Amino acid sequence: MADKVKTAFLLAGGCAGCEMSVVDLSEALVDALEHLEIVFWAPTVADVKYKDLEDMPDKSIDLAFVDGMIRNSENLHTVKVLRQKSKVLVAFGACATLGGIAAMGDLHTKEELFSQAYKTSFSTDNPDGVYPTPEYLLDGKYNLTIPTFLDNCSTIDQVVDVEYYVGGCPPHPSFVGKLVGAILSGNLPPAGSWLTGGKAVCDVCKRNPAITGQERLPVGEIKRTIDGQPDQEKCLLQQGYMCFGPVTQGDCGGSCLNVNIPCRGCGGPIPGIKDFGARCVSMLAASMANDEAAAQFIEKYNNMAKLVYRYSHTASKLNHRIAEKKENAA
Amino acid sequence: MSFTPNIVGFACQWCTYAGADLAGNLRAKYPPSIKLIKVPCSGRVEPEYIMEAFANGADGVLVGGCHFGDCHYKTGNYKTANRMKILSQLLEDSGFERNRFRLEWISGAEGYRFAEVVEEFTKELQEMGPNPLKGGNGHGR
Repeated sequence: MADKVKTAFLLAGGCAGCEMSVVDLSEALVDALEHLEIVFWAPTVADVKYKDLEDMPDKSIDLAFVDGMIRNSENLHTVKVLRQKSKVLVAFGACATLGGIAAMGDLHTKEELFSQAYKTSFSTDNPDGVYPTPEYLLDGKYNLTIPTFLDNCSTIDQVVDVEYYVGGCPPHPSFVGKLVGAILSGNLPPAGSWLTGGKAVCDVCKRNPAITGQERLPVGEIKRTIDGQPDQEKCLLQQGYMCFGPVTQGDCGGSCLNVNIPCRGCGGPIPGIKDFGARCVSMLAASMANDEAAAQFIEKYNNMAKLVYRYSHTASKLNHRIAEKKENAA
Repeated sequence: MSFTPNIVGFACQWCTYAGADLAGNLRAKYPPSIKLIKVPCSGRVEPEYIMEAFANGADGVLVGGCHFGDCHYKTGNYKTANRMKILSQLLEDSGFERNRFRLEWISGAEGYRFAEVVEEFTKELQEMGPNPLKGGNGHGR
């Protein structure tokens, strides 16, 4: 008789959306809890402190999930501690695996980010221009500390070893359900793999020309999502709306496509792709009819890096190295 | 001391690679800064390879293919042209110098042109200095 699988969830620099996706399993999660013992899931579910995690014996957690990227010194510390305490570590969701939305902050300097967040944004009232500091002496006697904002973002695997990767922003609840089943049955691929169906978004998309019987043609006119209303049935790429479906894992079931929105690649790269954005460029350019279309694309989408690396900025080796150098140069 | 840049060159086997061969046969002189990688077609060069080369410290990357209309596979170089145009913009938006990347059409008959391109590109890179993403003097040392 096997014991329950000791499970931990750690929220690093994310929004907890991935954890909500797990909670969305509702009854299925309750059933799974017969086999899972939650030893750490703060602050969403269990009231266990970081200190308790630090006190656990090494390798005592069977399965640990991390959602969110490494953004500050607290994320860095807790992820390292969790790695030490766990046998299997899963990077869960787009931030943990690829960097996620917040990683686009690496395209700016720290000063730009702070000024936007604490000074210039519309809803901010900060006449003295005070920035948060890692240490603050209150009333001359209370030494208060908050985590230090790191120079650049990192994915989990850029900091510690990771056994499995799960993409999605957040991972689709139905896929999370399948995943929990696979984990409990011990039906897992070799370490270092993505846990995925392995199919592209196009494969599960109802608009795929291969299913609807349309002829695939080179794209002549490039459109943004704000340009008119896309046809509900036709492939978005064929209509000129830049969609990343062909290079993105389709574990989401094509959720965005179902509501007329082009894919932006949160599911992570399909197997064999090292640099998501570069492969997007390759795929999009090859579908364009001529160089006018390419020129129109560059003109219409005003920041290529923020477009093709929407969810995967930090995971690109080049971007990560540029970000590391950026603060030294600034 | 001026530094010798480290250029990674992707050359299509039908045109630019043949052009490089001809440059040798013609005894054309050009700096020993380029490391050529033979590919079946310039359309085979994934932007990923170029990003990888830069991330690993290459000072420059040259992609060479056939002139328009000459592609052995008919449309390979048209696709390359589109890809590389967008890639250059991506490099710039990512905060990397786009001039470190160069796309050239060099046919199998243009041995001197190949030598000229490498010489020009080497000079340009010498002015720009080493790739900021690596330390050292451009020799990987």
